[in-house]
Amino acid sequence: MDNLFWIFISALLVNNFILSYFLGLCPFLGVTNNLTTAFRLGLANIFVMLITAICAWLLNTFVLEYAPYLRLISFIIVIASTVQFVEMAIKKISPELFRALGIFLPLITTNCAILGLALFATNKGYGLIEGLVYALGAGGGVTLALVLMAGIREETRILDIPDLVKGTALSLIIAGILSMAFMGFAGMFSTT
Amino acid sequence: MKEKESSMAQEFVKGLWKENPVFVMVLGMCPALAVSNTAINSLAMGSATLFVLFFSSMLVSLLRKIIPQQVRITTYIVIIATFVTLVDFLLAALVPEIHKELGAFIALIVVNCMILGRAEAFAAKNPLRLALADALGMGFGFTFALLCVGAIREILGNGSLFTIPLFGAGFEPWVVMILPPGGFLTLGFMLLFFNWLEQRRKRQLAALSSTPH
Repeated sequence: MDNLFWIFISALLVNNFILSYFLGLCPFLGVTNNLTTAFRLGLANIFVMLITAICAWLLNTFVLEYAPYLRLISFIIVIASTVQFVEMAIKKISPELFRALGIFLPLITTNCAILGLALFATNKGYGLIEGLVYALGAGGGVTLALVLMAGIREETRILDIPDLVKGTALSLIIAGILSMAFMGFAGMFSTT
Repeated sequence: MKEKESSMAQEFVKGLWKENPVFVMVLGMCPALAVSNTAINSLAMGSATLFVLFFSSMLVSLLRKIIPQQVRITTYIVIIATFVTLVDFLLAALVPEIHKELGAFIALIVVNCMILGRAEAFAAKNPLRLALADALGMGFGFTFALLCVGAIREILGNGSLFTIPLFGAGFEPWVVMILPPGGFLTLGFMLLFFNWLEQRRKRQLAALSSTPH
């Protein structure tokens, strides 16, 4: 139990996927103009990550033991197609949820954070439960970073900023400062 | 013939500077920032990406008339993933220390949006020669950008370049530069610098055209 909690917190804060592994930067820089959108994107991320964790575990246990060199190819294909299926299923079962996640669901598939999650979980040798907890933490971390960033960027819009800094440069510098703030979490678990 | 050569050169040069994937188009950021904490890592990551980009562009361009429109993205991803697997094993065999340091980020070249972007936007529509020129230009542009970021981070964060110490013992390294925040900050300030250059150039042009002859 202790271990699972540690995996969760570590993925959520200390090794935040966006701010310390630089995964999933494209949506982080691209769609964080608006708080609501950012939050939904985060939710869609958590969701896809959970599916990915299950897929990765299934593949690792049942298939890849016999052909480890196919890991990358099979991961990306299986994850992409599973997400497609799930998308269709959600559309049928719960149109409301489908609308909330919107365009982000298919887009997320090609997000590096998803493949990164599958690869890191494999490298760390996580089982099914650990993988799911890891996915939850990582997804939560991504959501947290997206929402924080969107909040800050909404504020910057009403400020008087020189033209020179506007755009990607500003976002990157803000991200750098956020990342510095997250480094503080590393000290939380120095004893473990 | 002459014209063909000049357009090949054009495709090559474009990727180096005017459409540099990192500085101008802000593509492929994830691997660019994650492993650019030293110049050597940047160089390794850049070369691996260049390799994958070159061969996948080649294959995509050669197969562009055979690949059905509906499944093209999937096909590209399979092609890219194949070459990434190849490079992963190559690096593990040739330079095991660097491979260990880069870790899962080699595998993550698959989802580098730059490679898929070039396959979709360029290689799928152009003949082999142009596609190769484009891939080389973009690949070198990417490597160059990575190397710049990596060199700055290593010099400031470690006081060395390619592990050769540059300063005396009195230098206090800015540790933050080799940690994650340094990646964001370095690239942020570099983009700022390019913005400034661009603005200055525009001002100069405006001043030039407004002065009476």
